[in-house]
Amino acid sequence: MEVKDASSALLSNYEVFQLLTDLKEQRKESGKNKHSSGQQNLNTITYETLKYISKTPCRHQSPEIVREFLTAMKSHKLTKAEKLQLLNHRPVTAVEIQLMVEESEERLTEEQIEALLHTVTSILPAGPEAQQKTNISSDMAMDEEDPA
Amino acid sequence: MFVLVEMVDTVRIPPWQFERKLNDSIAEELNKKLANKVVYNVGLCICLFDITKLEDAYVFPGDGASHTKVHFRYVVFHPFLDEILIGKIKGCSLEGVHVSLGFFDDILIPPESLQQPAKFDEAEQVWVWEYETEEGAHDLYMDTGEEIRFRVVDESFVDTSPTGPSSAEATSSSEEPPKKEAPYTLVGSISEPGLGLLSWWTSN
Repeated sequence: MEVKDASSALLSNYEVFQLLTDLKEQRKESGKNKHSSGQQNLNTITYETLKYISKTPCRHQSPEIVREFLTAMKSHKLTKAEKLQLLNHRPVTAVEIQLMVEESEERLTEEQIEALLHTVTSILPAGPEAQQKTNISSDMAMDEEDPA
Repeated sequence: MFVLVEMVDTVRIPPWQFERKLNDSIAEELNKKLANKVVYNVGLCICLFDITKLEDAYVFPGDGASHTKVHFRYVVFHPFLDEILIGKIKGCSLEGVHVSLGFFDDILIPPESLQQPAKFDEAEQVWVWEYETEEGAHDLYMDTGEEIRFRVVDESFVDTSPTGPSSAEATSSSEEPPKKEAPYTLVGSISEPGLGLLSWWTSN
């Protein structure tokens, strides 16, 4: 076996999530083969990786959201690796931005960091727990409006 | 976290699988060979991304199976240097804090890369960050199962291929079983503001 290019492209967590979910669907449809001993490794790694990625904000992303995010990021002049980390982690505080963007104190002013945070939180959907919290709070608001 | 790796390999399809579509048989064989395995200096292979090129399949004398040279791309876990990752604390020992991502377990944060000052609590076997404020020192424990954000600072690949007969004589004379080394380990660091347990930095 020969490795031609050990790093031909970077993948976002969302792309891997999509790939593994599609793979799981395909294998469910085809039925019998997956229980053969050779497939055990594939089953284990896809299950564990899917479990890990499902707990990150990538779960609720879609190709349109990712495209919108990358277009919005053009003005901030960040490297590919920095944009990928912002996409995968969805930071909500300035401290997290400083971790992911190299030398952020020199490259970005405070207003730019705030603008960056605003772009990230408005375009990318929140993680699974935050979604639940917003659902609960919107349910409560509806109850208050209709006390019947 | 994940990269696409282009590889070339020759896949052997036994005759009883000739009725299946070639692409499906090849995909299954490649996943059987590579999924959940570490390739030296490349990373932990997850699953097949796509097949880019199939060359002609040959049948060799003496072997009824077909051999096909395949060019394909594989999804591999290989975080880049200085990448931020979130994992769960698996446990603490004198070597440092062991972190796991679920699908990948061999991540170690050595004592010198913890938030300083840090001490090891022997009774509970946990590392503790002695956080100082004006009110006094708070002891922040790094308990098992907690989510932790860390930066990847180093990686090491160990070639775990079987060794030849000459070294087998030396190992058979010793009584201890040979140490199992992880083929791919990551070294992390949490010595920056924002890194460490997620509960230390959330302001809810």
